[in-house]
Amino acid sequence: MANKSNTAGTNRSFIDRMGGQKFIVLILVIVMFIFFCAMSPGFRKYTTVVSILDYSYYIALMAIGVTFPLLTAGVDLSIGTGLICYSLIGGLLVRQHGWPVAAGMLVTVLLGIAFGIINGCLVALMDLPPFLATLCTCMITRGFGAMVVGGYGIPWPAAAQEGGWFRSIFKIQMGGQNIPIGFLWIILLVIVMSFVLNHTKMGRYTRAIGSNKEATRLSGVNVKFYHIMAYVICGLFAGLAAIAYSAIFATVQPGSGAGFELDAIGGAIVGGVSMSGAVGSITGTLVGVFVICLLKTGLPFIGLTANWQQIITGLVLIAAVLFDILKRKREAGK
Amino acid sequence: MGEVILTMKGIDKSFPGVHALDHVDLEVRKGEVHALMGENGAGKSTLMKVLTGIYKKDSGTITYEGKEVEFHNTREAQDAGVVIVHQELNMLGHLTVAQNIFIGREFKKGIRIDDKKMNEEARKLFDRMHIDIDPTETMSHLTVGKQQMCEIAKAISHEAKVIIFDEPSAALTEAEIEELFKIIRDLRDQGLGIVYISHRMDEIKVITDRVTVMRDGAYVGTLITKDCTKDDIINMMVGRVIYEDPKTKNMTPPGAPVVLKVEHLNAGKMVQDVSFELHKGEVLGFSGLMGAGRTETMRALFGADPIDSGDIYINGEKVNIKSPQDAVKHGIGYLSEDRKRFGIVVQKTVAENTTMADLDEFSNGPFINKKKENEIAQKFVDSLATKTPGVDQLVVNLSGGNQQKVVIAKWLTRNCDILIFDEPTRGIDVGAKNEIYKLMNQLAAEGKAIIMVSSEMTEILRMSDRIVVMCEGKKTGELDISEATQENIMNMATREIS
Repeated sequence: MANKSNTAGTNRSFIDRMGGQKFIVLILVIVMFIFFCAMSPGFRKYTTVVSILDYSYYIALMAIGVTFPLLTAGVDLSIGTGLICYSLIGGLLVRQHGWPVAAGMLVTVLLGIAFGIINGCLVALMDLPPFLATLCTCMITRGFGAMVVGGYGIPWPAAAQEGGWFRSIFKIQMGGQNIPIGFLWIILLVIVMSFVLNHTKMGRYTRAIGSNKEATRLSGVNVKFYHIMAYVICGLFAGLAAIAYSAIFATVQPGSGAGFELDAIGGAIVGGVSMSGAVGSITGTLVGVFVICLLKTGLPFIGLTANWQQIITGLVLIAAVLFDILKRKREAGK
Repeated sequence: MGEVILTMKGIDKSFPGVHALDHVDLEVRKGEVHALMGENGAGKSTLMKVLTGIYKKDSGTITYEGKEVEFHNTREAQDAGVVIVHQELNMLGHLTVAQNIFIGREFKKGIRIDDKKMNEEARKLFDRMHIDIDPTETMSHLTVGKQQMCEIAKAISHEAKVIIFDEPSAALTEAEIEELFKIIRDLRDQGLGIVYISHRMDEIKVITDRVTVMRDGAYVGTLITKDCTKDDIINMMVGRVIYEDPKTKNMTPPGAPVVLKVEHLNAGKMVQDVSFELHKGEVLGFSGLMGAGRTETMRALFGADPIDSGDIYINGEKVNIKSPQDAVKHGIGYLSEDRKRFGIVVQKTVAENTTMADLDEFSNGPFINKKKENEIAQKFVDSLATKTPGVDQLVVNLSGGNQQKVVIAKWLTRNCDILIFDEPTRGIDVGAKNEIYKLMNQLAAEGKAIIMVSSEMTEILRMSDRIVVMCEGKKTGELDISEATQENIMNMATREIS
């Protein structure tokens, strides 16, 4: 029976060897960038690049985080409203209670982790479907944040004010130009989280749970703990995203944030993360996020409104999911 | 056979409403292969789950290596050297072979997982088993047989002293089973105690040293395999005699009309130029090794997979089957090999499943006529002797054999004249198997035309009037039952390979 033993390794296509979907999407990002540059003189400016990056930080951070629940074949819908909630509460402590900015930031991140633990427990210990569990915490965080601040927007300290130093984590002034150094942080975190995903138990078990949870459990893995941890990582990154959001935007409005999570999840999926779990990478997610961000910032430059941007983002997502399905069908047909 | 390594004595276990284990005994010695036999639901798997700590026993003692033990989870059992190779493969398809083998106890370098060392260790394991598998290969890319070898490698890597095989051969080809047996004998000769659970009688005689039989959660007895006959074991299992004699002559009435004719069917790689005829009242067996393209042929015929070329005639008329809907319209019913995935909706009731293929018949406009539905369901429960508390029972609660009967009822409700049984008795115990066979014969006698795809040689020889043999997507032979033997079928089934 020497048939079909030469499945992988030998005859993989060029694209597969370059990282598959990730590679195609990276090319897409470049093509889109060139396209927008060619179509609009306004897009070709340095300030536009800075503004795309500004936009990308919080989405990228959320997307890196949500990749973990997605890889367990789950999802976290609470990161968008959560981000606003954590930022509001952190900002309130700084503004109204005179806390140092660093302490406010710490609280913001801790709140993210706390809600990550809540989500993780609901999903891993109480067996709630992730969609449902995090939809509920999505509503809870939205209400909770608005309630704590009493319905008013919270402006974190501006760059020139006392405590405004935290805004320079993401952007510094140099010779009258804005230098978007936040991108370096993103790259660093992508490297760290790629390592976590590919070379540590945490990452290995995250994928394993998404591949076959019961088999993982029967292998003696503490599935509950690692399942919770996927949501904790997601919450941690929602907290970091809250800081990025506070640092980039002047004011944080209660009640906003719904829909942010869809940009992040959409980015991850465009970047090759499978909704059915186990398949995907952090670098892919990052590249996918840039597709979303380019659409968000680029389309207005060629005269398409926000509505168009939603429609086109939806179409891109369909294309990404179809690609995933086709690929799996092709593999199954072998 | 060496000294006793494991003794389970008076094991008792109840679940709400079910006395699953009633004071069961089992003794395993070093260097023996010990068969654990019994019909589905006899309690074999439950007993093994008690042993490996998945279930907690109510009473009884487990003595392992001279000490009384109680494992609280699979991890503890593994660490002590008692490992189970599961019936349903517990594979993480997206991970590599080595990652699967060492899941839960990865080698580490600092916080980093040491994949290189894991690959080396996996390679050593495979060398020890004399098999060739690449540890860096993704699991889902391997054949089922190779995946099973990986499970065994995983068991060995735990420094196992007792390995439990839960129906290991269910999804393997003959060649793979040979390889499996070689490995099991190797392990036995190294002094391990092996528990082997299987439904396949022929295997028990070939591979095991002793047999312990269970029935309805109770211990029946233990025999030395070479001193007993197949019938002895079966008698103990079911408490009645079953004959598994092959059919000797074609039972189809002479001159029976051809109801289905397939000419030069091509569909993908697995169905190449397949032609055959099916007569009214005939059971046509499809034999071949796993991956021969039998199921694929049936799926193409049923419209589940696209046909590339070829003609299908039903009652002499050329038909165009593009979807299962077309096939059903033409009176073809397909009983999938994978009941749970394709055959039934387990979370629905017997009645709902019975009428699923023909719901229009049981509806007034958009409303389903429950009364009529229950009547027809009850009719088939009676005529097929389906064991169920009622037609409103969820199918998930029925045994494999009775689930299969519900699927048969579904197609009979639709008045299908051509029934395709794909592995009709997979995962069904001996007693229920017999009933399914009887039912198929009865259906054929009533004039239904039956195609039976089966990987079990005894089943093919017992049921078929004629036999089509396939190999690597091509039809390699056709035999009348009167001229068929295991040898000439095997010969045709392996013609293209080697």
